[in-house]
Amino acid sequence: MATEVSRPTSRRAPRQQIGLIEWLRTNLFSTWYNVIITVVLLYIIVQTVTSFVSWMVTAPGWPAAFTNIKLLLTWTYPVDQLWRPQAAMALVMLLLGLSSGLWGGIVRMVALGAAAISVGLGVVAFTFPDLPGQTSLPGWLFMFICAVLLVGGDQVARLIGNKVRWPLIIAWLLAYPAVILILRGGIGLPVVETKLWGGLILTLILAVSGIVLSFPLGVLLALGRRSSLPVIRTFCVLYIELIRGVPLVTVLFMGALLLPLFLPGGESIDALVRAVIAVTLFSAAYLAENVRGGLQSIPKGQVEAARALGLNVVQTTLLITLPQALRAVVPVLVGQFIALFKDTSLVVIIGLVDLLGAAQNIVGQPEWLGIPGGVWRETFLVIAAIYWVFSFTMSRISKRIEDQIARSRH
Amino acid sequence: MSGNGSSEPIIICENVNKWYGNFHALKDVSLRVKRGEVVVICGPSGSGKSTFIRTINRLEEHQEGRIIVDGIEMTNDIRNIDAIRREVGMVFQQFNLFPHLTVLQNITLAPIWVRKKTRKEAEAKAFELLERVGIREQAHKYPGQLSGGQQQRVAIARALAMEPRIMLFDEPTSALDPEMVKEVLDVMKTLARSGMTMLCVTHEMGFAREVADRIVFMDQGQIVEEGTPDQFFTNPRNERTKLFLSQIL
Repeated sequence: MATEVSRPTSRRAPRQQIGLIEWLRTNLFSTWYNVIITVVLLYIIVQTVTSFVSWMVTAPGWPAAFTNIKLLLTWTYPVDQLWRPQAAMALVMLLLGLSSGLWGGIVRMVALGAAAISVGLGVVAFTFPDLPGQTSLPGWLFMFICAVLLVGGDQVARLIGNKVRWPLIIAWLLAYPAVILILRGGIGLPVVETKLWGGLILTLILAVSGIVLSFPLGVLLALGRRSSLPVIRTFCVLYIELIRGVPLVTVLFMGALLLPLFLPGGESIDALVRAVIAVTLFSAAYLAENVRGGLQSIPKGQVEAARALGLNVVQTTLLITLPQALRAVVPVLVGQFIALFKDTSLVVIIGLVDLLGAAQNIVGQPEWLGIPGGVWRETFLVIAAIYWVFSFTMSRISKRIEDQIARSRH
Repeated sequence: MSGNGSSEPIIICENVNKWYGNFHALKDVSLRVKRGEVVVICGPSGSGKSTFIRTINRLEEHQEGRIIVDGIEMTNDIRNIDAIRREVGMVFQQFNLFPHLTVLQNITLAPIWVRKKTRKEAEAKAFELLERVGIREQAHKYPGQLSGGQQQRVAIARALAMEPRIMLFDEPTSALDPEMVKEVLDVMKTLARSGMTMLCVTHEMGFAREVADRIVFMDQGQIVEEGTPDQFFTNPRNERTKLFLSQIL
């Protein structure tokens, strides 16, 4: 359209880098009191780090965590059934790989994150001792298979392209019940009671269930809070404010102790199910507020344009406002997921043994009683590292997603 | 299209009144628009001109008076409102394109979901319209990647994709950089000459003089004066119109 016009050539911006010495002089040694502060702080840092490192090297308690890695990851899940958690994880990896190949972008980052975590855990899994009656694959082989599934899925989906789209979406919807089915058994597989579940598996199940189940509930609550029908709006406001007004521990206790009283046959409800219900109800209230924030950030003109085109209220919400609102709050939702992932450690209080609970039990094992000072420092450092690997990976993903959204806006 | 009973009005507004709280925004506004007619509404800011055209597709609710669009009376019945909205396209000052959808998706969304067209039909129509507004090559971009003028042309194409009988323009060029005003006005002029019934709120007096069949001047929620462009610009009767014209011309 525009005719060719000769344009002035642009020049590169001048370099503004400064050398290390100059940086040190201007930032750390500029005046005599800055010199003193720098030297003192340097001394403290060096002292702390060296004493910590030398303690780490000589600490006698490391074997506690590493010989019990099976307990940390799966707690009392039967040894002869350990192939099932592996199968569940392999399924998720395959789906992640396929999604990454199909959608790319944000999804690929999530897949990369999962790969990073697997590698992190894979290093730990090298120490996975062979157990008597083991049916599962050795840790290193399993991690290798996971990597193959991720990368292979990615490549396959790229080859096939859009044809796998709907099967994949359906597969994701079925993935959650499938994973639970694989872990718990039934239909052909021997049943593994949920009271045997624990460790990292339990932590992951609680966190993922919390976010997966609370997501639809939270979105409905957010929409309900903006509804023009007073009954719905009041109910949603009451629910959200009630839940946000009490700590998670309270909700967990309510789930564990009160739920059985209210529901017929409540005593027989699985303890894990009760915890999942409590975490879901709790998380949904926060998710609703986050989504509402996203909905409020959508300009009024968007709704007007949609309505002027003849879209009805439901279409406008599902096609115009909700997709934009969710996109806007993805980073917040990831943040909430990280918080939920760590908060699940509170289920120790109602008697479930998650990663933290497993660590507490290991510390109390009789064989470590002889070690002066106990093994709790080393063991808790190990599980802190596990929590950190997960949380840090998620927060990196969130950062990447934010960057991508910021870029796509302009 | 204009041959179809040119004397019969397609929009009838009778004594339309609207209040925002205690503020009387529209005072007994009556207007009849014939098929194929191009009406420009102008007036100082806050005079109620945007509010008025927004009552015609019920983006603003009027409290008194009657509005009949293409034989359908505007009532609280949501089916009537939806029926009217299908026949009335609207272009906004701020474009209001859907930023999460591509240009093509923006245009095909309503035909697919409201008119129940197949994706293929809708896309064929969309490309035809993009050709008409001169940005066919931008079909797969997102609105954020386009200039203001291009975005507004997409918005016009989006409204036209519903094959409306009436187009409402609410200050379509006010948010544009000066060098982009012309490309949008050119599209609107072509549309006007094709026989589309148009109601435009605009400050573009050159456009009004060139294509309007009638100019309506509003002030303080009332229609103060209306007439042909010739009569309006050369021989305004009302004092407020004279004042307004002396300020903008």
